[in-house]
Amino acid sequence: MVETSTQVTTTRLPNGLTIWLKEIHTAPIISHWVWYRVGSRNEIVGKRGISHWVEHMQFKGTPKFPAHVLDKAISRTGGYWNAFTYLDWTAYFETMPADKIDLALELEADRMDKSVFDPQEVEAERNVVISEKEGNDNEPLARLGTAVQKAAFDCHPYRYEVIGELEDLQAISREDLYQHYRTYYVPNNALIAVAGDFKTDDMISRLEGLYAGLQPGVIPTFPVYDEQKLSGERHVEVNGSGETTYLQVVYRTPRAAEDHFFALSVIDSILAGPTSLNMFGGGGISNKTSRLYRALVETELAVAVYGGVQATIDPFLYQITVTLRPQRSPAEVLARLDDEMKRLMDAYVPDAEVQRSIKQAKALFSYGSESIANQAFWLGYAEMFANYEWFQKYLERLEMVTREDILTVARNYLDSSNRVVGVYIPDGNMQ
Amino acid sequence: MALNTLPGADDITRVVLPNGITVLARENPNSPSMVISGYLGCGSQFDPDDKLGLAYFTSLALMRGTEQRDFQTIYHQLESMGASLGFGVSVHNASFAGRSLVEDISLLLEILADCIRHPVFPAEQVERLRAQMLTALAIRAQDTADMASLTFDRILFSKHPYGKPEDGYVETIQNICLEDIAAFHRACYGPSGMVIAGVGALAPARLIQEVERALGDWQNPNQSPIPELPRISPPQDAVRQHVEIPGKFQTDLVLGTLGPKRSSPDYMAAMLGNNILGQFGMMGRIGDVVREKEGLAYYASTSLNCWIEAGSWEVSAGVNPSNVDRALELILAEIRRFVKEPVTREELEDSQANFVGRLPLSMESNAGVANALLNLERFQLGLDYYRRYPEMVAEVTPEMILETARTYLDPERLIVVSAGTSKE
Repeated sequence: MVETSTQVTTTRLPNGLTIWLKEIHTAPIISHWVWYRVGSRNEIVGKRGISHWVEHMQFKGTPKFPAHVLDKAISRTGGYWNAFTYLDWTAYFETMPADKIDLALELEADRMDKSVFDPQEVEAERNVVISEKEGNDNEPLARLGTAVQKAAFDCHPYRYEVIGELEDLQAISREDLYQHYRTYYVPNNALIAVAGDFKTDDMISRLEGLYAGLQPGVIPTFPVYDEQKLSGERHVEVNGSGETTYLQVVYRTPRAAEDHFFALSVIDSILAGPTSLNMFGGGGISNKTSRLYRALVETELAVAVYGGVQATIDPFLYQITVTLRPQRSPAEVLARLDDEMKRLMDAYVPDAEVQRSIKQAKALFSYGSESIANQAFWLGYAEMFANYEWFQKYLERLEMVTREDILTVARNYLDSSNRVVGVYIPDGNMQ
Repeated sequence: MALNTLPGADDITRVVLPNGITVLARENPNSPSMVISGYLGCGSQFDPDDKLGLAYFTSLALMRGTEQRDFQTIYHQLESMGASLGFGVSVHNASFAGRSLVEDISLLLEILADCIRHPVFPAEQVERLRAQMLTALAIRAQDTADMASLTFDRILFSKHPYGKPEDGYVETIQNICLEDIAAFHRACYGPSGMVIAGVGALAPARLIQEVERALGDWQNPNQSPIPELPRISPPQDAVRQHVEIPGKFQTDLVLGTLGPKRSSPDYMAAMLGNNILGQFGMMGRIGDVVREKEGLAYYASTSLNCWIEAGSWEVSAGVNPSNVDRALELILAEIRRFVKEPVTREELEDSQANFVGRLPLSMESNAGVANALLNLERFQLGLDYYRRYPEMVAEVTPEMILETARTYLDPERLIVVSAGTSKE
C-alpha cells in the first residue's frame, strides 16, 4: 500500500458533522473539501438536475460573502476552488496557500445554510445550466451515453444524467432549489476532509468553532426502487450528425462496497486498461496491450476502445465504449467483443495479467499522491459510497482477488442478458 | 507562501551533453515516482502544405515499432510497469511526456530513446495510425469549439505555420506516404536542440547518468536547420465567418487578434490585462457580464497565447444559437472599454496577487515542475525566473496594460468566428 504520509484523524461533532484530517507537510498548501451525500440519485422526475443546479447556486453568495467578494478573495490568494455533482454526492473544494485557508473554512461553513438563492440569480443560472447541457449535447458520444444510461434502468434515478432533463430544468423553481438545499445541506449529511500543511488539533478546534452552531436536519429516507435485473439484452440507437460510429456496451455491476467490485476492477484493467481513482494529477496509463484493444483495434475493427468502472452506492454500470473504423459495422465489433467476454467466462485469467493490473493500480495511486488536493479528495470520496477503509484497503483487496473470483464475476455480471448495447449511427455514414 | 519552494538556480540542475541535449533536473524527495518530459525541434513548421500533419504523424508513429521492439512490446513494457509515454507536436516542437515509478525509470528512458532513435515505421502500423488520425479529423469536424478555433487561427495567421493545424486535414494526411515519415525522421530528429526535464524521486546526478546512457551517443550530422518562417502582421480588416455544422445545440465563438510574442516586453502587462479581461475569478470582466449577469453561456473567457514568433489574444464562448449576437455585443463592449480606459488599481492588484499566489500551486506535482522547467528553456527565461516573478508582476501598472491593450486589440479589426447550427 502506498501511504505517503502521516496518519488520518477522524471525528464527529454532536450535530453529526464528520471530519477527516490528514497532515501533509511537503508543501505549504491545504486542500479543504466539503462533501454532501446528495446527487442525482436523490432526485425524482420533475426535479432531475436539481442537485447540480443547487451546486451552481452555492457560488452565488451569502449575505456575509456575496458572490463577487468570495470569488475575488479566493482568486487573490492564487488558490483554486470548484465543485462537482455526481450520482451519489456533491463536493466543494478549495486548494489554497496554507496561511490563507481560514477564508475557505469560513466560506464553506457559511454557505452550508446561508446561501441566498436570489430569484434573479436563479433565472440567470437556469440559462447557464441549460447552456452547459447544450454543450454536452453537442457531442455525439455524450448523447449516446445519455440514451444508454436511460435504457439501463427502469426506475432507479441512475437512469438520468447528473445534468438533468431539459423539461425539468425549464420548470424547477427557486423554491424547489431552496428546499433541496435546506434539506440536504445539513451537518449530519456532510463530511469535511482537509489534507495539507496544518496541525490536526488546531484544525479540529477551528472547525468545531465554525460548525458547532449548526443544527442537524432530517434526511429523507432513500426510497426503495424496485429495480429488477435486466431480463435480457437491450438495444438503443441514436442517430445524428457526423461520420463516426460509436458502440457503447454497458453491464449492470455490483455496488462499490461489495467484494465483487474489486474483481470487476481487475477485469476492467485486463479488458480495457485501468480506470484511475485520481481526481487530480496522475494521468492515465495507456491500454494498448489490453485484451479489447488487441481484439478490436489491432484487428482494424475500431480506432479506440475504453472501459470504465464507477464506484457507486447502488449497483451502477461497467461501460465499454468503442470508436469504430469507417466501414465497420457495430454487429461485427460486438461479435468480436463477445468473443473476448466468452474467453473471460470460459477460462482462468493467467496470474501474470492479474499481477499486472495490481502493479498498474499501485502506480496510479502513487502518481495521485503527489497532489494534496487529490489526497484530500480521497479522504472524503470513499466515504460517499462505502467508507474510508474501502480506500485504505483498495490495493490490498485487489491483491486478494483470485482467478476464481474473476471467473465468477465475469459469469455473473458480463453476460449479454445483463447489458445494454447502444449504437450511434452518423447520418454521414448510414449502415 | 515561501518563495524558496519555487525552483531556482540553487535547486535546478542544468547540463548540456556533448551532443547538444540539454538536461534539466529537480529532485522531489517526497515522491515515489518520476516525470520525464521534453521536446525536440521538429514541429509542424517543417510540414509541406500538401502534407500538413507530417510532423504529428511522425511523432505518433515513433511508438509503433523500433529496431528492437515491436508495437506490442513497447506498450507491454510500459503498461506492465504502470508507466506511460506519449508524443505530440506543436508548431515548433515535437514533445514527449512520460512517467513511471522510480524503480522503472531506466527502462522508461530506454524506451524513449529507442523510439526517437530507432523507429522503423512498420507499414501495417502506420496505416492503422492513419485510420485513427482520419477518424480524429472526422470527430474534429463535428466539434464546434475545435472548428471555431481552427478557422480563427487560419484567418489570423494566414500562411504562417501558426495558422495551419498540426493534425492536418483529411487530404493532407492521405497524401503522406511511409517514405515521407521515414525521411522526416531522418532529417528532423536529432540531439541538437533536444531538451529533457526529469522531476521526482531520482537525484539529479543519477538522472543525468541515465539520460547519458540512453541518449549520450546519439548523433545526427544531417539534422535540418529550423526553417525561416513568413512574417506575421495584424489583421487589416474585421472578419466575420461562420462554420455551419448541422445538428448542434450550442454555437462556439472565437474572436480576437494577435497578441505579443513570449519575448516581448509587453508580455507581463498583456498577461495581467488578459486576466482582468477574461480570467480572474469567474472568467474576469467578460465572464461577469456574459455568464454571471446575463446567464448567456456556461463559459465565456479569454486566453492569451504567447509563442516564439507571435501570440494570439482571443475570447471564446459557447452559447445558444439564438444568443450569438447578444453575446458578441457584450464581449465587444468589454473589449472597447478595455482599450478605452485603464483597469482600476484594485483590479490590477487582484490579478497581481492571483499570479503570485497560484505559481506555487501550479508546481505541486512533478509534472507541473517539469513543465515549468521546460518553459525556462523554451523561452530562455533564466533559472531564477520563478524567484524573480513576483517582482516582474509587481512592476506592471494600469497605464502599461492600457498601452499594451491598445497596441494589440483593435475592436474594429477583430476576427470573429462562430461554429454551430444556424438558427433557421
